[in-house]
Amino acid sequence: MTDRPRLAVIGAGPAGLAATVAAAAHGVRVTLIDAAAQAGGQFYRQPAAALRAGRPQALHHDWRTWQRLRRALDAHVRAGAVAHLTDHHVWFVERESGESGRFTVHALLGPEEADAVAVGADAVLLATGGYEKVLPFPCWTLPGVVTAGGAQAMLKGTLVVPGRTAVVAGTGPLLLPVAAGLAAAGVQVAALVESAAPRAFLRRTRALAAQPGKVAEGAGYAAQLLRHRVRTLARHTVVEAHGIDRLEAVTVAALDGEGRVRVGTERRIPCDTLAVGHGMLPHTDLAGTLGCRLDGLRVHVDDEQRTDVPGVWAAGEATGIGGSALALAEGHIAGRSAAARLTGSTPDPQEWAAAAKSRTGLREFAAAIESVYAPPAHWSEQVTDDTVVCRCEEVTAGTVREAVAQLGAGDLRTVKLLTRAGMGWCQGRICAPGVAGLAGCELTAARRPFARPVPLGVLAEDHPQPTSRAHTHPTDGGPS
Amino acid sequence: MTGAACALFAARAGLDVVVVDRGPVAGGTTGAGEGNVLVSDKEPGPELDLALLSNRLWSELAEEFGEFIEYEAKGGVVVATSPGGLAALERLAVEQRAAGVVAERVDGDTLYGLEPHLAPGLPGAVHYPQDSQVMPALAAAHLVRAAGARLLTGRTVTDVLRTPGGAVLGVRTDRGDIHAPALVNAAGTWGGEIAALAGAPLPVLPRRGFVLVTEPLPRMVHHKVYAADYVADVASDSAALQTSPVVEGTAAGPVLIGASRERVGFDRSFSLPVLRALAAGATRLFPFLADVRALRSYVGFRPYLPDHLPAIGPDPRVPGLFHACGHEGAGIGLSTGTGHLIAQALTAKTPDLDLAPFRPDRFAEEAA
Repeated sequence: MTDRPRLAVIGAGPAGLAATVAAAAHGVRVTLIDAAAQAGGQFYRQPAAALRAGRPQALHHDWRTWQRLRRALDAHVRAGAVAHLTDHHVWFVERESGESGRFTVHALLGPEEADAVAVGADAVLLATGGYEKVLPFPCWTLPGVVTAGGAQAMLKGTLVVPGRTAVVAGTGPLLLPVAAGLAAAGVQVAALVESAAPRAFLRRTRALAAQPGKVAEGAGYAAQLLRHRVRTLARHTVVEAHGIDRLEAVTVAALDGEGRVRVGTERRIPCDTLAVGHGMLPHTDLAGTLGCRLDGLRVHVDDEQRTDVPGVWAAGEATGIGGSALALAEGHIAGRSAAARLTGSTPDPQEWAAAAKSRTGLREFAAAIESVYAPPAHWSEQVTDDTVVCRCEEVTAGTVREAVAQLGAGDLRTVKLLTRAGMGWCQGRICAPGVAGLAGCELTAARRPFARPVPLGVLAEDHPQPTSRAHTHPTDGGPS
Repeated sequence: MTGAACALFAARAGLDVVVVDRGPVAGGTTGAGEGNVLVSDKEPGPELDLALLSNRLWSELAEEFGEFIEYEAKGGVVVATSPGGLAALERLAVEQRAAGVVAERVDGDTLYGLEPHLAPGLPGAVHYPQDSQVMPALAAAHLVRAAGARLLTGRTVTDVLRTPGGAVLGVRTDRGDIHAPALVNAAGTWGGEIAALAGAPLPVLPRRGFVLVTEPLPRMVHHKVYAADYVADVASDSAALQTSPVVEGTAAGPVLIGASRERVGFDRSFSLPVLRALAAGATRLFPFLADVRALRSYVGFRPYLPDHLPAIGPDPRVPGLFHACGHEGAGIGLSTGTGHLIAQALTAKTPDLDLAPFRPDRFAEEAA
């Protein structure tokens, strides 16, 4: 058993779970490393066991897939084929120099992220997921303004409802389930404000016709919204948030054909919560530091989900935003490919033909979605000079504009150097899309050598010996 | 930075200036530097003379630009970690004082008064009040702007235009020609390439360095603090990795931690062992840093010449060609003096410093 090769899977969302289960079933030992206390990632986020949720499935769709994956994971853990390391925050993946090609995954433990662990592996599979993109608007920093995904995470993870009257705004397919979830949980959803006009387009797209499951899913949310009498304002945008100490209202307005606010259409909607999101971005920090090629903002992979760095696979949102079903297909293929190559055989793509077919269709669907949902072309014109765009360093839109107009900054890195936007705690993960838009430059992948902040004391330690042993961490928080 | 300073001093000497850069403003080594304006790490000689001139010019510019460029005359503290190290440090200080550097021996309560969070039990240090810091990217951008120079970024020089007699006529770029009777090569790590295009080779090589940046903190480190062995590393000729702890707080809050030196070409990949060595050195000097988080790290390439002195002044091999490059890790600090001397050379004035040690053709003779 101990002679079997070991694959480290980073991230226990749909892609990481599918990869783990597929690889473990085909002869490799897997160390599944994840920051959360329970498997599931953002998509299958679970309420803490202590909350004793009666019907967690009410907040999820595709609950059966999740149960199947979960049972398979548990079985592999019991059989010793998978070690599931929870509360492990990976800050660096090191590829050993020389011929060995082995890897060391460096993580910080627990909620404090103070103690260090190093996990050795023969190969690494990055299933690091994605994170939300949020563009700034005046007063977006008021308490009560949350990200759409954040609102959903609160619902799924803590069963806490984030407010009494909510507006859900931005663009993207995430807004529907967020609005439906809030409404189902008893929040009055005053409006769903979508800057795109998805309906007309979606009706004709071929990619959509090929995905009846997706159509049904969307129709289900739409029916829920109807039932809860939630207004959908397509081709509208939030112009401004209002409030003194916290959110009291938002102003929304209609958009013209060019993506500019139609003057005179502004109206004020009272609310105590604004859940806002403008789509997702791939997490590529670990891949970038390993030297993996990126295609724009996503990790480049081949048909087997291999990156261009030997021994490194990637699957799920990290390789391009596409949703959980695509993540499952990619994770499965990555896990099968890694298992075959680590055990010295040549993978046979026929063995995962179904997943590959599904991947093709879902990628087309994701491309169609991406072409439909977009922030208003001229969103940045609504951002006033005094709007703080980088919260960590308190950099205003005016400062960014000045760096461009007066100091000659023309790219994201130079704007950062001259304004400090993106230099703070979040390292630009939150503000980079907004800053790029204001500066009129392309959003490029940042070089972030540390995937998360690491104490200097940990960094200074003599290289801790990587362990491959199966940890005794429980994979289950208890009875649910 | 050096180009920006040359532009400012040349413009103020009455010249019409065009700044051409292959990348953005401060896109090369400038954007990867800490912004050192140091006299403390230099042994007496031409580089120290240039550093003292530059230091004075920076303090003058600070009256004009101070807050925009985050100028801070915070002083340096060079710490000895052994009694033998302290003796060597004091010998250096004696020589530096003779050259005009203010250097004060500090120990015990005085040392810990300057830097209360230093590791206990250190034998002593030398305090250099003239050492300063600027935010290099802001400094470069503001100096270019103040120069009123035409700024052409994202343009790569592909050739140097010359008369049949060999004199400079201007440069060819990937986006058109620019004509000028004088060309200042302030291309940093690319200085060797520009020199080669002009037909006057200059052996500029890169020496890689990493900087670690912590989360923002209230001011815990007040000076630029470094261990005495840094001076030896700066002057060293070795290709192997060297790290000596250099720790400083910044106006914006984060603590910057250097300094590593390696000759590995232009390899930008992150090296965990180097970052570990930097962190270990910093936490030895300031134990409180062990609990402080590093947010990021950046890498840069110091452009150096074989004798570790920059090339400054007219190139006798090509009329109209001037060099201002090869400052290694001291380019931000030495930029103002360099710009001043270049402006004097461009306007046929007698330079304030003897340019002989910085002659750009000094390596050609050695090779011959």
